[in-house]
Amino acid sequence: MGEYFTLFMSAVIVNNFVLTRFLGLCIFFGVSKNLNASVGMGMAVTSVMTLSSILAWVVYNFVLLPYNLVFLKTVVFVVLIASFVQLTEMIIKKHAPALYNMWGIYLVLIATNCIVLGVPLINAESNFNFTKSVVLAIGSGAGFALAIILMASLREKLQYADVPKSLDGLGIAFILAGMLALSFFGFSGMIPL
Amino acid sequence: MTSIMILVVLTGLGLVFGFILAFANRKFAIEVNPLIHIVEDVLPKGQCGACGYAGCMAYAEAVVLKPEVSPSLCIPGKEAVAKLVAELTGKAAEAVEPRIARVKCAGTEAKAVKSHGYVGVQDCMAANLLFGGPKVCKFGCLGLGTCVKSCPFKAMSMSPEGLPVIDPNKCTGCGKCETVCPKQVIAMMPLTAHVRVNCNSKDKGAAAKKACSVACIACTLCVKECPYGAVKMENNLAVVDSKVCAEQCSDAKCLAKCPTKAIRPAVLGIVPGTEDQASVETACASCVKPTNAVG
Repeated sequence: MGEYFTLFMSAVIVNNFVLTRFLGLCIFFGVSKNLNASVGMGMAVTSVMTLSSILAWVVYNFVLLPYNLVFLKTVVFVVLIASFVQLTEMIIKKHAPALYNMWGIYLVLIATNCIVLGVPLINAESNFNFTKSVVLAIGSGAGFALAIILMASLREKLQYADVPKSLDGLGIAFILAGMLALSFFGFSGMIPL
Repeated sequence: MTSIMILVVLTGLGLVFGFILAFANRKFAIEVNPLIHIVEDVLPKGQCGACGYAGCMAYAEAVVLKPEVSPSLCIPGKEAVAKLVAELTGKAAEAVEPRIARVKCAGTEAKAVKSHGYVGVQDCMAANLLFGGPKVCKFGCLGLGTCVKSCPFKAMSMSPEGLPVIDPNKCTGCGKCETVCPKQVIAMMPLTAHVRVNCNSKDKGAAAKKACSVACIACTLCVKECPYGAVKMENNLAVVDSKVCAEQCSDAKCLAKCPTKAIRPAVLGIVPGTEDQASVETACASCVKPTNAVG
């Protein structure tokens, strides 16, 4: 139990995907202008990541490993995630239109994002068992949500600040992200992965 | 052996996912109101977003499904499309004011003084990042054609003098160029306008004139000349209320006195570079000899 908790906390804070591994930066900057949208994005990434990790784990352990095709994992995972996101989009569109309107374009954005591909690849490389894979996926999703929500709250506050004109917009966002990453850097080494 | 397995596994996975998606596509198909597609076919499909929606499809959906959305929001489509959309959706069409894009700058290569050379990325946004562009006038057209590239109707081109030219027959007034221009030097003007101010400089008179020989120098002669109060001076720049012109004025007196010919007839389809050359030279051959070298 303790092992899983450590893995989860490590994925959320110590080895936060966005702020210490610098994955998923495009959605991190693209969607963090608005707090509501970033909460939705955090939820979307977490759920897609968890489900696609489960799928990837099944394919990896029952197809790729037995046939010695481990080197194909990147290609296979890309195909898998893309089709899975498509499928999710269809199901959500049919059964939860309100949720679809909220997520809409973000779901498609996730389909091609490195953070979603990164977790199944790490799972495969570390030979994690099923539970560990799921825990890492949920933890990474929560870490992404934490980072993007922090960033969105900061950027919303920033609207009232007198930012120098040349730094306004993305420039100050990069500086902010750097400072956030620095503060997360303080956790590094607390839980070695 | 391995290569055969690669083929088998990848083909197998591809087929499995393909069939799952195909199945899901049928199983989770959503019935869309067929009227949405009919309305979308009527729209010009420039995807310009002038209606305030993300694209033609989004507007078609909104106008069919929401009773409060007006059928005449499509500006490029003008009245013809508004009428059709209104007919299809059973709504009352409102009048669409036809408008056209106008470049509020006549500062050609020869007329506008440069503060530095620019050899970077040939794009106005990029040039604007470097000290606000190579012209001394920080309000004028940068002449790198970002607007030309943005035009969904191919109504714009660059003149040899380095200013964008708008083809009045193709311009639909969608306003896409207005939004991409980093200098906000392009504005939408109603087709009924009589005169236009061909300058965007908010500099004070002396500075504006030093930077460009055809700038509005805020001398207010046009304001005094107009009997209907249609011309006003805002931030050192003449602004014309073309509604007043269209309703009350028959001969534009404001044009005659302008020393730099910054205010001029709103004749459509004239290349900015050529028109001002002719008018400036005939009106005032001695007083506005370009003083570029002094700048």
